[in-house]
Order: sequence, then structure tokens, then C-alpha cells
Amino acid sequence: MKRLDHVVVLAGGLSPERDVSLRSGRRVRDALDEAGVEVTIADADAALIPSLLADRPDAVFPAIHGSYGEDGAIREILDLTGVPYVGSVASACRGAFDKPTAKALVAAAGISTPDSVTLPREIFHDLGANAVIERIIARLGLPLFVKPARGGSSLGASPVRTAAELPTAVVSCFAYGDTALIERFIEGTEVAVSVVDLGNGPQPLPAVEIVPGAGQYDYTARYTAGQTEFYTPARLPDAASDEVTKAAARAHSALGLRDISRTDLIVSEAGDVYFLEVNVSPGMTETSTLPMALDAAGHEFGEACLTLLQLAAERKV
Amino acid sequence: MSDSARHGNPRPQGSRIDPYFDQYAQRARGMVASEIRALFAVTARPEIVSLAGGSPYVTALPLDVVGDMVGDLVAGQGSVALQYCTAQGDPGLREKICEVMSLEGIKAHPDDVVVTVGSQQALDLITRIFVDPGDVVLAEAPSYVGALGSFAAYQADVVHVQMDDDGLIPEALAETIQRLTSAGRTMKFLYTVPNYQNPAGVTLAAGRRHRILEICRAAGLLVIEDNPYGLLGFDGEPPRALRADDPDGVVYLGTFSKTFAPGVRVGWAAAPSAIRDKLVLAAESAVLCHSSFSQLAVREYLATQPWREQVKAFRELYRQRRDTMLDALSAQMPEGCRWTSPAGGFYVWLRLPDGINSKAMLPRAVSSRVAYVPGTGFYADGSGTDHVRLSYCFPEPDRIREGVRRLAQVIEAEIDLRATFGSVPSLGGPGSDTPGPGDL
Repeated sequence: MKRLDHVVVLAGGLSPERDVSLRSGRRVRDALDEAGVEVTIADADAALIPSLLADRPDAVFPAIHGSYGEDGAIREILDLTGVPYVGSVASACRGAFDKPTAKALVAAAGISTPDSVTLPREIFHDLGANAVIERIIARLGLPLFVKPARGGSSLGASPVRTAAELPTAVVSCFAYGDTALIERFIEGTEVAVSVVDLGNGPQPLPAVEIVPGAGQYDYTARYTAGQTEFYTPARLPDAASDEVTKAAARAHSALGLRDISRTDLIVSEAGDVYFLEVNVSPGMTETSTLPMALDAAGHEFGEACLTLLQLAAERKV
Repeated sequence: MSDSARHGNPRPQGSRIDPYFDQYAQRARGMVASEIRALFAVTARPEIVSLAGGSPYVTALPLDVVGDMVGDLVAGQGSVALQYCTAQGDPGLREKICEVMSLEGIKAHPDDVVVTVGSQQALDLITRIFVDPGDVVLAEAPSYVGALGSFAAYQADVVHVQMDDDGLIPEALAETIQRLTSAGRTMKFLYTVPNYQNPAGVTLAAGRRHRILEICRAAGLLVIEDNPYGLLGFDGEPPRALRADDPDGVVYLGTFSKTFAPGVRVGWAAAPSAIRDKLVLAAESAVLCHSSFSQLAVREYLATQPWREQVKAFRELYRQRRDTMLDALSAQMPEGCRWTSPAGGFYVWLRLPDGINSKAMLPRAVSSRVAYVPGTGFYADGSGTDHVRLSYCFPEPDRIREGVRRLAQVIEAEIDLRATFGSVPSLGGPGSDTPGPGDL
């Protein structure tokens, strides 16, 4: 495989997930450093394009989450500068980052996803919030889950158990974006299934089961070590375990993703598998599930990052 | 090869990443990842106008001169500056500290002074030696977030006392003390920032100072006077310190963070002798001794540099920025907003229109590239949702104007959202609602 002289890890960005991204970036950098690669961290700022052009790296590892990192923008820039990178191309990122679009594409590929509606902020204003909310509950019932149509780390996301909670959840959601995805809440086992391509095609890794201590896998539960219990592999019956890994692989393929993704799913109490969302730049922090899944599959984290970069460097730009 | 594969055994089922999670002390339970705190990571980027951080504008210091001074210190006095010292602090520095306090009417002896790592450590030590879990600490409403952090760390029960534009209200203090006494509660001290208060920007009126001291004396209640901004008033002489009129009933906390530089981390406590002795022992157990290097750097700065002129220059700089912010607020803020007009210090305390929640609004503000501190960080009881703290100390005037313009638009959008959905409760996440000291 191609020997890498210099690689860049992209981390930071301007989204509310900047802090998480910086942590992901540092972890990837440290792992690559240990693997003997010369690695620098760069932010998505005014210095990026000149530095990529002046000191062209063999490949870039994008670890920016949220907007820029996952909406395709930074991938377009990397294409414009002719630098190969790990992960999906911009057009695929756009489809995956927009949760309603991703749900539609994945559903078309035969994977169940909770019934939902997607509504911009203006519609509540123009048509009257009460009338819209009444229709949502009449159509989808309760409980519900509300989240921004774009974004991650559970920011602006909250469950809704009663009708009275829905306006609060929608307003909280609008703090992080102007469009809300409101979906039927499925009780069950929450799992994250990562898919990586280390040269043998996209392979789903063992499912990681997520059991947040306080009930909801929110920002605090995600990033406070100890608050959430992770089971790898997930404690699922064999059939469900098989189905979630297949669903993640199919979602990866249906969305045209490349190299690496993480799909969040839920297995209902009846054993049905539902797609929730997919991440094209999954978290790489100490509490993130993709590194856990790599470890469970017998892949050393740094070596896996290195392989992904080597494969990217060999691609024609 | 992975760790688990290398050791030949699978990852133990049910990993929680932190194997010591159940072993932390009760007081560490609130130390969790915070959604609000994470937002402040974005404010480090230059695209964001941060009206959040309270960092002094150290660029206004003659940095080359300070650099030469520090170089001379190491070359000439390195054997002392790089050595341990006593926990009470360098005697020469303590003499200089007494000179500084004399500007506020305090007559102190260097023996009364304990040098600390910023005044924050003095707060920690004071709370450590006085507060048992469940004891009451009285504090202004709102109060300095760093103090609330120390009180929480020692599991104090903070009871807020109302302020108005003239600072702490004596009648409210008396009523609170009476109520708590009747309830059999144990009160340990009153914590107050009397001058250009953080976050409210108000100053305790001269006419109220004696009354506050009388009330506390009658109740046998110690006063902790935290005075980081006293020399940074924009008009006239510095306000007379509470300790100047009651040295036996007041522990005075000072710092060089605002008049020189926060990076040296030098503050102090001036205390009655019995309290001082305990502070010295507590400091010794906490840090053995403070940085000799920093202490001597400050001592040399005070001895060799025109520091009073520098404070005057800081005052003028911050006065201009205060004016810029107040002008911008008057020009830009939507109806329903109200704000304080500080006569010194770093902060304006802005009240939002009814129903607007400062904590819930922060993500939208950061997306609109302006940051502030939600008012909730300045209360121990969850109040403050209707306020934000704006600081004018660090951003250049044109950035202040731009930041206020952006904030006004964000508030307008929130008013619109409020009109759409009516008044809805806000979802509150755990963890800190305020930036770290380095977040700007």
C-alpha cells in the first residue's frame, strides 16, 4: 500500500459540534502519530486552502462534524484543491446529512424508518403552531421524537411523551436549525452500526448497544464518560443482530457512501429494525461507538485510520 | 491488533468507558459534559463576536517592557524566583498589596495578607475553612459564577439576596437573615462583589455600605468582599472598601488579574488574624506554596513600572468600550430589553423581553456568530433565564457594535418564535452554563 509522508486531519469547524470534532481530531491524530505517520491538524478556516496548496498532503482525514464536515461542503473544497480524502463524496454527504432525505432514500431501499413529518419553522408561524401541532399528534400519535433535520450529537433533540411537551421540543429543536424532523418514537434497543471499507469493500462492524444511564442518549450522556453503558456486540437475538448489520450496510450503499459511516438504528420490542439516521463523519472520541466497534472487530484504531488514508491516497482525484 | 484481540479476551460486556464512574464524590456529580459549555468552544473562532468572556485586554500592557522585567527577574533573582516560598506569600509583595488596598481606604499590615492563586483560590480556601455541606452562604442575586462554583464544590446551600441598581438591598438582606435564622439554618458568610459587580455591573451605594455591615455584624455574619474591579471605575475615586470600615468583620479578596494580568494568577485575601492563620494552613495543604516566580514578577511590576498610569489607561480603554456597548444597545435592541449602565468594570446585564430564554437562545446566537453568557450561570437556583451577561472588556469597539447588531437580530427571531409558540418551558441540560476562563 502507498507509503504516506504527510496527512492532515481536519477538525473543528464552526458548528455546535466543534468541541466534539476537536476531540475526534485529536484522537485520530494521536493514533496516526503512534502509527508513525506525520500528521497535522487543520481547521476549516481561511488558512486551510493556502496550506493544502502549499504543502499538499497525501490524504486528508475529515473529522469535522455537523455543518461543513457532514453536509458535503468541506469535501467540495477538498475536491477543488485536488486532495484525496477519507470518506464520502460531497453529493452523498448532502443526502445523508439531511435526515429526511436520508430516511426517504433508505426507505426506498427497503429499510423501515419511523413515520415522520418534516416541517420548517415558518410553517408553524404562518399556519398557526397549535393547528400544526394538533395535526402532527393526530397523524403520528405519541410518543414522538423531535430533532433538527440537519445536525448531530443529539443537539436540539428530545423525546415527547405528552402533547404538552411537543411545543417545547419543537422550540428547542429550532435553536439548532430551522427545520424540524418529528418522528414516531420507537421504544426498543438503540444500536450504532459502523461500516468501514478497509480494502475489501464496505463491511459492517459489530453493533454497539447504547444504554444511557439517565434514560436519554443526549449530549451529556454521549460525552460524559461513565454515563452510558455500551455493549459490544449488542445484546440482541442472532436474527436481530444480523438484521441491524445488514440494514447498516444497505443504508451505506443506498446513500452512496464511501469508506466509513455510522448508522443509528433502533430494534423495537417486537424485534423490528428501524433506521434513524446516518453519520458520514462519525465521532472518534473516547466515548464514540465507531472506535469501540473497530476494537471489537479486532482492528487497531490507528491502523484502521492509516489504512483508510492509504486507500484514499491511492484513489484518482 | 486490537487490545481485546491481543489479550485474547473479548471486551467486557457493558463497558462504561470510565471504570471509576461510581466512585466519584457526591460533589463531582455535576461535573458532566455540557451542551452549553460545548457551544463556547466555537467562540474561540474569530468569526464569532464573543461578548461572553471576561478576559482583560492585556494587549494594552507594555508587553516588551514586561518581558524585559521578567528576564531581569530571572537573571538577577532567579535563585529566589525559582525556589519554594512560604504559603502566606512573599513579604515584599504583601507590602505592595497593602499599598494597593490603601487606595480603597484599607489600612492593612502585610501580616494580614495571604497571597493566593488569583482571588479564585481565596474563594476556595474561604469556603473550605468555613462551609460544611448544607451550610448557607448568602450571595447577591445574581452572583459571580466562579464563587458559585466554589460554593457548590463544598456543597453549600446558596441563598440569593435581591439587588437593585444600587447594589445589595439592606432590607432584603435583613429579611433573609431573619427568615433563615427562624428556620434554624446555619449561615456562614455573606459573599458580595460591591463594585461594578460581575455580572450585573452595579455598585453598592455608599449610603448602603454601613447598613450592610451593621446588619451582618448584628447577625454575627462574616462578610466576604470580593473586589476585582474596584480600581476600574470610570468616574472619580475608587469606592471605599467595606473592609476599610470593619476590618474585623470583613475578609477582602483582591486580584491583579484585572489591573495587571490574569496570566500571573496572583490574588490575595486580607483577613482578621485568626482567619488568616487558617487560610495559610489551608493554602499550604492545597498548593504547598504559590508560584514564587509570579509573585516576584508582580512585586517587580509594582515596584518598577508606572502601574497606576497603566490602570488609568485600562480605565479609559474600558470606559470607551462601555460607551460603545451602551450606544449600540440603545440603537439596536428591540423593545422590551433593558440593561444596566455600569460605572466601571467589564459587564452589562441585559434583561430580555418577557418569555425569551437566554439559555435556549444561545445555540441560535452562536449560529448567528455572536456569543454571550446566559443568566442562569449566575444563580445557584436556576433563575436568570431572562438575562444575559455581555462583556465589553475584550472585543474592539467595532466588534462590540457588530456583536450587538447580531444579538439584536437573534433576539428579534426569538420574539417571533415566542409569538408563534407562546410561552413554553425550556429544556435545561445539565452541566455548566458558562464559558471556561480561556473561552472567548
